[in-house]
Amino acid sequence: MTGNIVRPYGDTTGDGRVQVSFTLPVPFGTPTEKTRAEGAAMQLAVKMGLDPAMVVHAKGMGPDFTFFIVYGRVSHLVDLSEVTVAEREFPLLSSAEVNLRIRTGLGRKLVVVGACIGTDAHTVGIDAILNVKGHAGEKGLEYYREIRVVNLGSQVAVPDLVARASAEGADAVLVSQVVTQRDAHISNAREMAAAFSAAGPGRPLLVVGGPRFDPATAPSLGVDKIFGKGTTPREVASYLACALAPGGAGGVRPADKVTTVEAGAA
Amino acid sequence: MKPRLQLDPAVVREARELAARAGQPIVDMARTHTTVSVERAVLRLAGLQGADAEGMPWVNRLVDAVRQSVGLEHGVALPAWDAMATAGLPDLARLAEAAAQGKVEFRIPAGDDARTARAVASAALAGGIGKIDANRAMRQRLIDETAEPPKPWIYLIVATGDIYEDIPQAQAAAREGADIIAVIRSTGQSLLDYVPEGATREGFAGTYATQENFRLMRAALDQTSRELGRYVRLTNYASGLCMPEIASLAGLERLDMMLNDCMYGIIFRDINPRRTFIDQRFSRQIHARAGIIINTGEDNYLTTADAVDAAHTVVVSQLMNEFFGKEAGLADSQLGLGHAFEINPEVPDSFLLELAHAQLVRELFPDAPLKYMPPTKHMTGNVFAGYLLDAFFNLCGVMTDQSILLIGMMTEGIHTPFLSDRDLALENVRYVRDAAGRLGESFVPAPGGFIQRRAAHVLGESVALLRRICDEGLLNAIADGTFGITRRPADGGRGLDGVISRADGYFNPASDILDGGVRGHPADSAASMSGTGARS
Repeated sequence: MTGNIVRPYGDTTGDGRVQVSFTLPVPFGTPTEKTRAEGAAMQLAVKMGLDPAMVVHAKGMGPDFTFFIVYGRVSHLVDLSEVTVAEREFPLLSSAEVNLRIRTGLGRKLVVVGACIGTDAHTVGIDAILNVKGHAGEKGLEYYREIRVVNLGSQVAVPDLVARASAEGADAVLVSQVVTQRDAHISNAREMAAAFSAAGPGRPLLVVGGPRFDPATAPSLGVDKIFGKGTTPREVASYLACALAPGGAGGVRPADKVTTVEAGAA
Repeated sequence: MKPRLQLDPAVVREARELAARAGQPIVDMARTHTTVSVERAVLRLAGLQGADAEGMPWVNRLVDAVRQSVGLEHGVALPAWDAMATAGLPDLARLAEAAAQGKVEFRIPAGDDARTARAVASAALAGGIGKIDANRAMRQRLIDETAEPPKPWIYLIVATGDIYEDIPQAQAAAREGADIIAVIRSTGQSLLDYVPEGATREGFAGTYATQENFRLMRAALDQTSRELGRYVRLTNYASGLCMPEIASLAGLERLDMMLNDCMYGIIFRDINPRRTFIDQRFSRQIHARAGIIINTGEDNYLTTADAVDAAHTVVVSQLMNEFFGKEAGLADSQLGLGHAFEINPEVPDSFLLELAHAQLVRELFPDAPLKYMPPTKHMTGNVFAGYLLDAFFNLCGVMTDQSILLIGMMTEGIHTPFLSDRDLALENVRYVRDAAGRLGESFVPAPGGFIQRRAAHVLGESVALLRRICDEGLLNAIADGTFGITRRPADGGRGLDGVISRADGYFNPASDILDGGVRGHPADSAASMSGTGARS
């Protein structure tokens, strides 16, 4: 099907024209340096597959760097049939959608109890997810009107966490583990999961996070979900809303899907 | 600065009076309480540095030891200096070590022993405050030797986590045109109840604020200032649980500006409100003494709330910051009140609304070095549109005579700025400044037109909110979620256990010197309380 093969569009179908900008650590002072810098940019552009390439802008930044804007034609073809769309198991929602979903699906505030357990005093992770201040340009869970956050802080003993979660009527328990000596993060997570199971049926959703966890190991640890490095508050909020208010409104938009392009056409 | 909005002076006066009324009970509380961090700051000002083998600073160890033994109701100074004399120890460091080993007995001395301890402690603190005074003079000398850059000052951020990477980046940014370098702190340092020690090379999305990091960066920027013939200012963050200590270190190491908001830690970091306000008063007294310009954080409200609907909460917070700041001795020229260009660009007339808000703040605080923050909330991945929005921010900044411009990056929210992002951002602001720097003199909003009406409306909403806060009490208003939508009860949040009610005979040799400084400017604060309209 020819409709599956496309090329970049500049101003004519199939012209393959693209624009890129980049910086090289080369000086742009003397005439010789300028010529050499532009040649260096051309070389990179050609290696990137731009042929012909045109350096339309070069500017020295301080004594050691030059910034370039380059236009050129790429010969690569995009085969749309090779684009695979891997969907997240839950859609990434905006804060308004999270609130709407909880309101319509749960009919009350969603209660989250968060803590660092064991001897771990590193609250950076849990605070980045829970504090209004948030992380990576996203507000933390406290910012969501329909989520009530109880942040217990660091070095919380597992029995205390279980008791507090019960007292607060927690829908979800979030635990962050940064310290990983002798796999403390894994044994702590297991201990917590066992304690909640032992406390009886109807336990809250158990979520753990930390840079050293493997997200695939949730079942073996006895928890419902693991978030790894680089997780943002919005991802956690979206997960909680979808898992705990499955019937709620607050839709999926195409832009929420994660698109992965398989290596091809190289 | 010429008035452009025809604000009603009676409304402006009322707004200031209401802010003073809302703030006074908080000041009274701050004057009758202390905190563990205030007491640690006293020890830092007296020269106690260093940490034990676990990295816990000696100031923490000593304050904890005194607290466990005799409490902090009388302050740390009296029992500490008394114990030093009784045990025959030469300095605070030896005292802290001995106390950590349980070898020191503390008491609240009386009579001659108390008088002696007070005298020695006062002399030690006079030395520490003297260093701050000397730094202030040194700053002026360096400005005279180089040059004061014209306003608006251009404010750029570095944040690698490694002080030895930050230094060349900061020097490069200064060479590219930055007048102010801010070193962002490691995420969550606000929540640490101690200040890390020494030069640090690892942080989470920022670099730890430590005395040694302050010293290293200031020394590097002094070198660059001389090279460029223009004084480059250094900024850090006096917020969080160690606010008074960080403020003291800033004074001791000649930082020039400090982020220091009256409510930021409460709202965004869930730090206890009482702890915050008590710590803040002491911190601002230090900043006042050190000639440090504070930057307040009202821009943050607009990242959580709508910039049109919540415009008046910014003004209310600025008025509160002004009241608390002046009460603590800060001059108008030290009040870097914050605000931001955060209106959704899809809102009709968004630029006119931005002009109205920015001009309102300019006119309410004509002598304050206002800090204007660029768009962040509505910066999308479309870097080309973002570059345009940043240009409009810069234009609004020069048209309304803003004093400090934090330079917007077109890649905001995508990644830590590339070298080229920063260069393009500076090109943007240079173009606007050169092309339209004098547009302000011809910018005359139509009488009764959209901009004047909008400014009057926001001012009116501010007065209404201030009335409500006066009725409820500021602590209750914060508990009810008036600011930044988050509810923060007066007895909730972190750090309340570090708040101590002062006993009769409470002794704080730093406060004695600093309160003297505040009492030295009664006319100043009286003028700010009663106000004289828009003062322009």
